[in-house]
Amino acid sequence: MEDKTLNDSFLNAVMEFHKTMRENDISLVYEGEITHSITKAFTSLTEKKMTDEEESGITQRKVFHVMVECLQNISKHAENGNDSYSTDGRGIFMVHKTEELYKITTGNLIADENVENLKRSLDLINSLNKDELTELYKKQIKEGQLSDKKGAGLGFIDIARKTGSKLEFSFKSVKNNISFFILTTIIERKK
Amino acid sequence: METIKIQGTDDIPSVVLNAENGIFQISGRSMPEDVTAFYEPILDWISELGETYKNKIVFEFKLEYFNTASSKLLLDILMKLEEMHEAGKDVLVKWYFPEDDEDMEEAGQEYADIVEVPIELVSYE
Repeated sequence: MEDKTLNDSFLNAVMEFHKTMRENDISLVYEGEITHSITKAFTSLTEKKMTDEEESGITQRKVFHVMVECLQNISKHAENGNDSYSTDGRGIFMVHKTEELYKITTGNLIADENVENLKRSLDLINSLNKDELTELYKKQIKEGQLSDKKGAGLGFIDIARKTGSKLEFSFKSVKNNISFFILTTIIERKK
Repeated sequence: METIKIQGTDDIPSVVLNAENGIFQISGRSMPEDVTAFYEPILDWISELGETYKNKIVFEFKLEYFNTASSKLLLDILMKLEEMHEAGKDVLVKWYFPEDDEDMEEAGQEYADIVEVPIELVSYE
């Protein structure tokens, strides 16, 4: 008879994964290509869950907004990590939920040559207060053209001003010319 | 002019552009997969309206949600309306927002700061 027992290391990996998710209050995790349908599926799934849990309208809208912008960032900008320097829209996406907050985390590869610019933008955004962010948003929407990837350069600014939280991020070198970029956004749960 | 009527879904807004009965309306959610492809025909239509339409234009936005990529295209629409207004046409934009949605209200206010066209903010329940 064919042995149907799962290989031990695989079984342990699944159990470990399950435990990690529970312990860290991770309610959704995905690794792979982020497409438009994936974005729609995750946002509607999360929306339904929030409605079932009677989350306030304001929190629901903010979580929805941050999710869309974060997912679109990966789909437009994630590097494939090969030497060819092309984007493949793959990354990791996670939603954590605790008593007080939602945490949306994304991780994706990025070419080292783009790290400096991205870091500068994020530092700038984090140094501004709400009114200054609004001014920056208005300036960017007026002057900015949609890039070839159909990004308006507004996503991070809008995340920061809608959540009122600082963007938490870090870069970690993976190999020659490629780094891993992690971004976490916090949304306070409002009654 | 031919009427544009698009039924909204969970990622595209409902659009009604009808020069015959003077209804110009974009409502619902806007996060289309390809924003420029979605809004291009709408922008072209509005340009044509500017050349041919003689009556007062009341353009209504009643959006629940739009992503940042759409926000740029919404500004493009408002800028077309601004051009018409500057050319002497009677144009009014009505920006509807749910009464508990401060962000949507602020978005309307910000557009009003950017473009020179009368924008009326209207809250609803």
